[in-house]
Amino acid sequence: MSSRARLAVFACAGAGLAALLLWGVAGLPAFGHYQGGYGNQLERRVLPERHTTNLVGAVVFDYRALDTLGEEFILFSAVLGVALLLRKNREQQIDEAPDDTVRSDAIRIVGLFLVAPAFLLGLWLVAFGYVTPGGGFQGGVVLAGALLLVYLTGSIHRYTAVTPRTAVEMGEAGGAGAFVVLGLVGLIAEAAYLQNFLGLGKQGTLESGGSIALLNWATAIEVTAAMLLLFKEFLEEYVVAAGR
Amino acid sequence: MIPLQLAVLLLVAVAGTAVVLSRDPLRQAVVNGAYGLVLTLLFVVFQAPDVALSMVVVGSIAYPLVLVVTIKKVRAREREDE
Amino acid sequence: MSYLPYVVAGWLFLVGLYGVVTSRNLIHLAVCLTVMQSSTYVLLLAIGYKHRSSAPIFYGIPAGSRVVDPVVQALTLTDIVVSVTVVALILSLALDVHDQAKTVDPEKIVEVSG
Repeated sequence: MSSRARLAVFACAGAGLAALLLWGVAGLPAFGHYQGGYGNQLERRVLPERHTTNLVGAVVFDYRALDTLGEEFILFSAVLGVALLLRKNREQQIDEAPDDTVRSDAIRIVGLFLVAPAFLLGLWLVAFGYVTPGGGFQGGVVLAGALLLVYLTGSIHRYTAVTPRTAVEMGEAGGAGAFVVLGLVGLIAEAAYLQNFLGLGKQGTLESGGSIALLNWATAIEVTAAMLLLFKEFLEEYVVAAGR
Repeated sequence: MIPLQLAVLLLVAVAGTAVVLSRDPLRQAVVNGAYGLVLTLLFVVFQAPDVALSMVVVGSIAYPLVLVVTIKKVRAREREDE
Repeated sequence: MSYLPYVVAGWLFLVGLYGVVTSRNLIHLAVCLTVMQSSTYVLLLAIGYKHRSSAPIFYGIPAGSRVVDPVVQALTLTDIVVSVTVVALILSLALDVHDQAKTVDPEKIVEVSG
């Protein structure tokens, strides 16, 4: 089909879709007048029932933990797919890559002073994820970013040194598996899969929420390792391309 | 709706259109980074700090890396084939 | 005016779809897909918003104050992190197509047999 014909078909279909969307949107409650029951119930119940101050963290790791399990497996399989596709045609191994150490002193100093605080920031975001805004997902990406800074302000060989392949792959699989196993522990202890099973602690501290903390850390480990693996696969492609 | 939300919503619509209309992939990667920041603003203004954290972290760390690496690899292969 | 967020979400979806349909570069296509995904984020958060409410974090504010809906925020935040890996998968597919067909233009890809 020529591109002109395709554009004409899209114009008709797009107009139809736009009309359908407008009709659907007209049936929604006006912006600001939320009418769902779930949100209003959670607003009242999460503090007494779970003692966590971050409601979104409680929803992600307790009330809707099954959805998070599904998302983790999407993450896992997408990174698996990337690794399979990119490793298939790799022409050169990472050890044979030329030395591409950053030469500018300014960048190296920035890296020296930024990697450790960024790593600490990631750890803090994960640890206090159910008390203040944060959580396993956000903190995991920040942790991976802190280690990526080692590549950006150093060299690819230093990045490979701080992210050994075995550790990263085991971390990713271990994080996903730990989530499943913690759900099973909830099943055994409380007769529902992914039920909260440790005691609820004092609200506003790290002890609150029971097993939310454990699921939080499992997610953080999995997201960090998945992102590191993703970056590693892409960077190996880049290094081979840049070396020419 | 407060005027701040109105302004940021319009900015999001404009930025999204700009991302689609940038045809060169490298230019689009930069505009995508700006779009990510505008979306973060929108999420903050809609009282969603967790979502805003997510978007800013992903849009600054992961998206530029995967996009730029793919573009560079495609160009290097094309240069090699000539 | 009170339906503007939904209209913006619909606009983003249609604009992204236009980008996908008329794209001449697979990488450009992948980024237009992310624009379509962000339209769902805007829609979800707009549905969950309540007037004169604050963020769903009760640290430091008295229990019982009005907060916006946390469920839609939970759906959105996991989706944002996961969608970047899916876009990475699409981009590595584009790299593979470029390897086989020597082009990233969707209109110039000839069927590869064998």
